[in-house]
Amino acid sequence: MIAELGHFTLILALGVALVQAVIPLIGAWKGWPGWIAVAVPAAKMQVVLIAAAFAALTFGFVTSDFSLRVVVENSHTLKPMLYKVAGVWGNHEGSMLLWVLILALFGAAAAVFGDGLPPRLLARVLSVQAMIGVAFLAFIVLTSNPFDRVAFPPFDGRDLNPLLQDPGLAFHPPFLYLGYVGLSMAFSFAVAALIEGRVDAAWARWVRPWTLAAWMFLTIGIALGSWWAYYELGWGGFWFWDPVENASFMPWLLAAALLHSAVVVEKRESLKSWTILLAILAFGFSLIGTFIVRSGVITSVHAFANDPERGVFILAILAVFIGGALTLYAARAGSLEARGVFGLVSRESALVINNVLLAVSAFVVFIGTVWPLFAEMFFDRKLSVGPPFFEKAFTPFMVLIAILLPIGAMLPWKRGSLAKTLRPLSGALVLAFALGALAFALQTGRSALAPVGIALGTWLVAGAASELWHRSGRRLARLKRLPRADWGKAASHSGLGIVFIGVSTLMAWNVEDIRVAKVGETFSLGDYDVTLAAVEKKQGPNYMTTMATMEVDLHGEHIATLYPEKRFYPVANMPTTEAAIDNGFLRDVYLVIGDEQKDGGWAVRTYVKPFANWIWAGSILMAIGGLLSLSDRRYRVAAGARRSNAAASPAPAE
Amino acid sequence: MKRILLILFLAAAPALAVQPDEILSDPALEARARDISAVLRCPVCQGETIDDSNAPVARDLRLVVRERLVAGDSDDEVIDYVVDRFGEFVLFEPEARGANIILWFAGPAMLLIAMGGAAIYLRRRGSAAEPAPAPLNDDEARRLREILKE
Repeated sequence: MIAELGHFTLILALGVALVQAVIPLIGAWKGWPGWIAVAVPAAKMQVVLIAAAFAALTFGFVTSDFSLRVVVENSHTLKPMLYKVAGVWGNHEGSMLLWVLILALFGAAAAVFGDGLPPRLLARVLSVQAMIGVAFLAFIVLTSNPFDRVAFPPFDGRDLNPLLQDPGLAFHPPFLYLGYVGLSMAFSFAVAALIEGRVDAAWARWVRPWTLAAWMFLTIGIALGSWWAYYELGWGGFWFWDPVENASFMPWLLAAALLHSAVVVEKRESLKSWTILLAILAFGFSLIGTFIVRSGVITSVHAFANDPERGVFILAILAVFIGGALTLYAARAGSLEARGVFGLVSRESALVINNVLLAVSAFVVFIGTVWPLFAEMFFDRKLSVGPPFFEKAFTPFMVLIAILLPIGAMLPWKRGSLAKTLRPLSGALVLAFALGALAFALQTGRSALAPVGIALGTWLVAGAASELWHRSGRRLARLKRLPRADWGKAASHSGLGIVFIGVSTLMAWNVEDIRVAKVGETFSLGDYDVTLAAVEKKQGPNYMTTMATMEVDLHGEHIATLYPEKRFYPVANMPTTEAAIDNGFLRDVYLVIGDEQKDGGWAVRTYVKPFANWIWAGSILMAIGGLLSLSDRRYRVAAGARRSNAAASPAPAE
Repeated sequence: MKRILLILFLAAAPALAVQPDEILSDPALEARARDISAVLRCPVCQGETIDDSNAPVARDLRLVVRERLVAGDSDDEVIDYVVDRFGEFVLFEPEARGANIILWFAGPAMLLIAMGGAAIYLRRRGSAAEPAPAPLNDDEARRLREILKE
């Protein structure tokens, strides 16, 4: 009954979305206030209806209602409650429902916070947002009904893929979707602006927070996925350049570019048509990501309910929205005049370079991702494009970005002088070279990867610190009074630097040991002594486990007792490894237990992974930077002068 | 569904890809074997290297790689040996020959084009005259008054 209610509210939501897509658009065109006013209540109504459907599906999972097909296929009565709930979006149908729920949430948020927007623009934005909603709601209702019943309900379900039964992965998809779908706001604003034929600073102020939020969620989502891969897959890999990872990385790169170009629109009224194009492309790549994950055209470890028929549907959505938006862009972009005038050495130019590098790097990832498909279609060659390609073709862009970033961030608007800009950065430069050289001296005869990564990372972090110090006029008291956006910028840029250090050192200095160890045996790896103390078989809630007890000593001093496991999930008939990790500031000790050997020993893998946590710490810092910028009061000023004190004081000029 | 389960299964069990009994006693040779394994794709898996994969064929390939190395082959000879038998599908780093040249040069070419476009744009912005701001329309003027009033 509740499931049918869910199905019903979903269809109602589709109807409301249709109304919201058509009526306000006509209203804005004809100037009929009554029709324009439909947009806001419709957006709110939509989120209520979809939330009801989502709640109905969640109820089905929580109560293990095995008359629902998705519950049978993805749940089990013995599964812990967290994963019963996470199971709602651990499958194709449910995750699409989450997708449209977030889409509606963003639309409703724009409706609620949008009272400062010109009513026509808001009506158009919400109408475009509803068009996307119509497409995906129709997709769910027509091809992927989550409320499908089975004729003969079984006694128990088939369990969620055990790899997904993990806290890191439970929250990975919602964050990714918040990011993907968040970019739909930038898209809707871009299309609405094209319809209006007008892009100005106020528009950019509206687009930036949404893009910032989407980028922040994407950052968290990608970091969660990478962290999960690191501890769950059993050898500490954190990024595989897999098509589905790339599918989330391309929107991230483009969203980062969009954030920066929107700054130029906001501050200097330039780069308008490029910013609009980026907004369309960023969401376009989110749709491409959805297509890649769900159509199965490109083989991937994430293969997830792939079905050609659904693929064609999503491809059609993609073609209509991106094709439509680009056509509109081609017709209207010429009318967007640029206003700002600036010299070759200026913040504007630096941000243009930033956009060139980010957009081209996204293009490299794109071509590498789709090349196997192209090669097979047009040249009849079955080939693979994997990590070695991306490491060679993509990394140079990141190196260039890192070199230029602190300088560009420091340049003044309009016109600047390189010599003047570089002076406050000299300390950061010296420090970067010094630490790079130190790393080079410490390692003997290994690749330049780690020293270069450390030097670039230090340059970014120290550069961001120097910039803050410079902006405060070298006074500690004024440091606190700097706008939050300045702090956010510094935090995000240093976060990137920390990721650089983590990635490069982890890749260059990872130490590995694979061996057969008998119970009671001690072996050493670098300065560490590891003892396999015991191996026991145990029973978990919905799995069986082989758990080892391992002691780790450093210079004869006991530092940790770790319990790596090998689990077997009988319902899904799948083994998983649970690595045991001693997390540290400078290194992780990473232990994995494998199969029992014929002579009675156990296969054991031991890794010392330097700076591993820096990757995720850096990612979190980047996201925090986004949050800080988002909380800057300039946005609250832009959000419609609801607070008089905020409105009274003008935004600080930079 | 079966196919998906199979894919998930293959993706699920990469742990302990390289088994202790495969490792060569000569550390230099073993290091070369690991480097080679990291660029060869397991032919039946979804985007995993033979170094990471737990599939039986990946193990066979790892053993083949080590056999060839012990027999004295160079790294390239080992890779060619595997490619001759499984096709270029197993190469994670596509060779820059034939149509693949497009793949390798797409990035640099795009960078040149983008830089060229940016240079033209920047020069134009540098020499343009700043247009006078358009006057506010009635709506905007009213809104401005409202904001300033608060």
